[in-house]
Amino acid sequence: MIKVEHLAKRYADVYAVNDISFEVEQGEILGLLGPNGAGKTTTMRILTCYMPATSGSATVAGYDVFHNSISVRRQIGYLPENVPLYPEMRVKEYLLFRARLKKVPYRDRKMKIGESIEKCRIKEVENQIIGTLSKGYRQRVGLADTLVHDPKILILDEPTIGLDPNQIRQVRQLVKELGEKHTILLSTHILPEVEMICGRVIIINKGKIVAMDTPSNLATQMKAGSNILLEVKGDGKKIQDALLGIQGVKKVIWQDGGEINNFTVEAEKGMDTREDIFLNVVKNNGIIREMRQAPVTLEEIFHQITTHEQEVTI
Amino acid sequence: MTSIGTIFKREINSYFLSPIAYVVIAVFTVFSGYFFSVMLGITQESTLRYSLAYTQFILSILTPVITMRLLAEESKTGTVEPLMTAPVTDFEVVFGKFLSAWALYNIMIAPTIFYTIFLAWVGSPDYGAIIASYIGLVLMGGLFVSIGLLVSAITKNQIIAAVIGIVALLILLVIGLASTGSEGWFYSTLRYIGTYEHWETFTKGIIDSRDIIYYVSFTALILFVVIRIVESRRWR
Repeated sequence: MIKVEHLAKRYADVYAVNDISFEVEQGEILGLLGPNGAGKTTTMRILTCYMPATSGSATVAGYDVFHNSISVRRQIGYLPENVPLYPEMRVKEYLLFRARLKKVPYRDRKMKIGESIEKCRIKEVENQIIGTLSKGYRQRVGLADTLVHDPKILILDEPTIGLDPNQIRQVRQLVKELGEKHTILLSTHILPEVEMICGRVIIINKGKIVAMDTPSNLATQMKAGSNILLEVKGDGKKIQDALLGIQGVKKVIWQDGGEINNFTVEAEKGMDTREDIFLNVVKNNGIIREMRQAPVTLEEIFHQITTHEQEVTI
Repeated sequence: MTSIGTIFKREINSYFLSPIAYVVIAVFTVFSGYFFSVMLGITQESTLRYSLAYTQFILSILTPVITMRLLAEESKTGTVEPLMTAPVTDFEVVFGKFLSAWALYNIMIAPTIFYTIFLAWVGSPDYGAIIASYIGLVLMGGLFVSIGLLVSAITKNQIIAAVIGIVALLILLVIGLASTGSEGWFYSTLRYIGTYEHWETFTKGIIDSRDIIYYVSFTALILFVVIRIVESRRWR
């Protein structure tokens, strides 16, 4: 549905997006993951025909974004970052305006607006002035706008940014539901979010694609080298020695707490040492009260991927 | 083409949902009424000609206030992004906005019809001159609105848009006004570029094709530039 080839966008001397290529298949939910300033918004703005690329090409639903801009725009629903809306309008009025702008035929308009209000659960605020709505509702009004012309493709720029945890959960659920009918490209800088929603992830940093895979693959790849946190009841010194003896363990940090000891075990990359840890602790009369993997943050992934890349290039 | 209507409707509604429409209409009515009564008292003639000569100043100040938000606000709040990624052309957006501001301008000057009714009641005005004046007012409004829109397209700040717009319109008025009565190609060029002389012809009751062409082509030129500026987002 979306095909991007060697896309680049330059602002003055800086490349915001530098030679990226990827494809999004029909019915897929693809996540663009990256820190702020990685080029996610720029990529989306090019795909939605808001601005052109400096070089390279992109086709959306078979239409070129530069040459068939209007046809592309008919096929997409775009939710920009921070969801800009007209504050003086009422929700339903706004959706009607957007439906007319997106050329929804007159006889379908009422039905389509009703449907998107229903899907985004904004029925209770449909007559309210947008300026008085909370951030969560504004986000959903924005989503309702992207759906109103029933587009094949949804492009959502950070749809959960600035929401509280409950609202984030609702929006994620909603996006997941929408994924059943639409092809979705969404951007985020939150890793668990893509793990939850997306079928495939592209990690982008400084305008370049650094990784492209399914979230579970990425996560296992990353988690394998992550730290393991342990809380053990027993003799701390003995257990530390035992842990150090495990094959693949690089470092053990021991926080002495008397009877209850905390350990941080750092393993070599690609080694899953959890089972050995369990067996060795038990062998030394320790009782494991807690064992978990330190959460892999996006930062670590970036760190890992970028350092890995450097090793290769050097 | 239907998008022009959609944009027009939204902009007009938005004018009347904010205080702007009411403020400009009230201010214009107060000042034009004041000039009308004063000039009527001085000249004792049943004509709009003298009072309308002053309204050009008020219009130069009020029209940029009408147009200041049209494009500046969209780029400031970011609503330009959903707008421009909807299947509409830049021309439709610019022209829809232009028409809405022009419509508000015409609504703003509409109450002056009562002065004509008053004149008809107390005297016998030259209706030909009055009709010509109104044609001139409406055409001049188109030019003023397009200039205001141009300024609104180049800045994100509404206040700056209003101030630059007012200055630009006053310059356009003054270069014509100050060079009346002077001879030579320089002054006659200024007179032709300025709005004053063209509009004065209308208030005398003369509908000259040269003046109509001046207003229509000038407005079209400026709108063309505005569309190019809006488009420039795509290649900047």
